Amino acid sequence: MNQTVFAPWNDPEAKPLIQFKQVTKKFGEFVAIDALSLDIFEQEFFALLGPSGCGKTTMMRMLAGFESPSSGSILLAGKDIAPVPPNKRAVNMMFQSYALFPHLSVWDNIAFGLRRGGGSKEEIAARVEEMLRLTRLTKFARRKPHQISGGQRQRVALARSLAKAPKLLLLDEPLGALDKKLRQDTQFELMDIQEKTGTTFVIVTHDQEEAMTVASRVAVMDEGRLIQVSTPDVIYEAPNSVYVADFIGDVNIIEGAAAQEGDAVTITWAEGQPPINARSTLSLSPGQKVHFAIRPEKLTISAERPDDAANAMTGKVLDIAYLGNISTYHVELPSGQVLKAQSANTRRIARRSFTWEDTVWLSWTNTAGVVLEK
Amino acid sequence: MRRLILIGLPYLWLLALFLVPFLIVLKISLSDIALSIPPYTPQLDLSEGWAGFRAFLAALDFENFTFLTTDDLYWKAYLSSFQIALLSTLMTLATGFPIAYALARAPREWRPTLLMLVILPFWTSFLIRVYAWMGILNTEGLLNQLLLALGLISEPLTILNTNTAVYIGIVYTYLPFMILPIYAALEKLDDSLLEAAEDLGCSRISAFWLVTVPLSRSGIVAGCFLVFIPALGEFVIPSLLGGSQTLMIGKVLWEEFFSNRDWPVASAVAIILLLILIVPIILFQRNQQKQREAEG
Ligand SMILES: Nc1ncnc2c1ncn2[C@@H]1O[C@H](COP(=O)(O)OP(=O)(O)OP(=O)(O)O)[C@@H](O)[C@H]1O
Ligand SMILES: [Mg+2]
Repeated sequence: MNQTVFAPWNDPEAKPLIQFKQVTKKFGEFVAIDALSLDIFEQEFFALLGPSGCGKTTMMRMLAGFESPSSGSILLAGKDIAPVPPNKRAVNMMFQSYALFPHLSVWDNIAFGLRRGGGSKEEIAARVEEMLRLTRLTKFARRKPHQISGGQRQRVALARSLAKAPKLLLLDEPLGALDKKLRQDTQFELMDIQEKTGTTFVIVTHDQEEAMTVASRVAVMDEGRLIQVSTPDVIYEAPNSVYVADFIGDVNIIEGAAAQEGDAVTITWAEGQPPINARSTLSLSPGQKVHFAIRPEKLTISAERPDDAANAMTGKVLDIAYLGNISTYHVELPSGQVLKAQSANTRRIARRSFTWEDTVWLSWTNTAGVVLEK
Repeated sequence: MRRLILIGLPYLWLLALFLVPFLIVLKISLSDIALSIPPYTPQLDLSEGWAGFRAFLAALDFENFTFLTTDDLYWKAYLSSFQIALLSTLMTLATGFPIAYALARAPREWRPTLLMLVILPFWTSFLIRVYAWMGILNTEGLLNQLLLALGLISEPLTILNTNTAVYIGIVYTYLPFMILPIYAALEKLDDSLLEAAEDLGCSRISAFWLVTVPLSRSGIVAGCFLVFIPALGEFVIPSLLGGSQTLMIGKVLWEEFFSNRDWPVASAVAIILLLILIVPIILFQRNQQKQREAEG
């Protein structure tokens, strides 16, 4: 096991594999990518996350060479790739629409790129078989794309892009159509491939759990801009904005006015409610409007007021969402604000401690949540 | 019952407009030439009942078909028709494919107008358009005048009344039948397939051969048959634009019918032509079927 942490983005000496430098892409008047700068390092597993239409596919297409930036430049291993046509780039892309060749069998689809590479027949056959095994498509090798299911088609597209073992692999929602089990298996296969071959992956996903599982870093995008680029744990624990906090996972947001003393922040947020105690390294002006974000699983729910909690509030259970392993309690505070609190279902459902209309206490430590300016 | 009528109607149509005329022509082809109206014997005389019908059948024979094999005019005409049809189909393909490709690549809002232009010639009678070509191609015609004026030639070219004129006529006339099915196939082609091919290491040109051509194959095949089948039996173009040496079965057919008034031999020629055409027609049907299956 390699003990040094893989974090080239923290190393000022490290040379990025891909550099976006003030890249803007316009379609007519519409700005799809807005002065975006980004470094992606070799052997990274980089995840792009963002709402539909925020420009994820457009970024991929610029890397693959199907779109050129309206301004700014993209460097691959230090060289501007603008003049390099798609077929000369050591980049393979898995298309969001799969783009399988309908006239070719699954086998020939996967072999397509290999045949352009000039390997021997045996090498190509061996590689195709390997890819078929990896994506569990061996049984369907002779079928045409219209004779297999949507999930199988997605796997063919994945296999086809993996087959050439490129330096940079672009996966546009590679696993969306797969069931959870197969998706997890494939995620681990991808991570395995990544570890074995050292290929750099850029992956678009709508599944934040997937981004958390596979990615070395996650970029959250909105309207053609990067909102935050960081490791999954930082994105989750220390989002830099309400947008990111809200986009990744479940979150409670409380708006209030801040007062700061050192790194201790108190947020007054509703009349008759105790202020929230939190910590923050931001420097806030007195009375500044801030958002306090806290994840539901960071709230402890109890029947009695805990003695030593930095924050404690009482409320009434409005609703309980049973999710199998955990339950989410919607607790309405006297101010009308509803907070979500999660707790693990360590007991059977019939024996759970709280039920509808119960009065409960919610508590959390002063480091459980984050203070956000925007 | 409703279904029966629905299925029955096209069959009735075929029966009335194809099978009955075909049987009449078949019957004539088995008869003998005669100086009468109509100019062949025997005539079926139903007033004599069963015996009359037997006598009628007994008088039919394959003499005319045997005759076709004795005179080499006929098989030469079939062969040369085949050759002309094949060559002009290839030329139509070579002209039609780039046009269809350009149409399919044109900005979406232009396409209806461009398609309209392809179909526009049909608004004028085919015969008039062929006559127009006579005006263009003859020795004092527009083409020669233009070439002379440009100084490209010093003597007028003889194009009219040669096979060249026939090729020009066929390519011109049947071009839309080639363009439309190819266009239909190319228009459905998803651009991302070409991108995928390029992404996997194809140049633009090899992507064209490996993706565009195979995926428009059914359109190409359909277009080729739609040109080849009518071109094989073409009569108007070779007789108006072709010369005395232009040998096409349609022309022979016409001459047998109207110059020689030998209806039985003419009918035999027509029956053989039909049998020859059945092969490409079946192949064409099969292509269409395959395409439908592929589209699922
Ligand atoms: N060729 C184009 N012409 C005009 N607008 C385009 C074109 N391609 C993309 N866009 C626009 O650019 C924006 C970004 O598109 P993009 O495909 O990158 O979104 P995305 O983030 O991949 O979304 P999704 O998650 O739905 O796939 C969208 O608003 C889209 O409408
Ligand atoms: Mg997309």
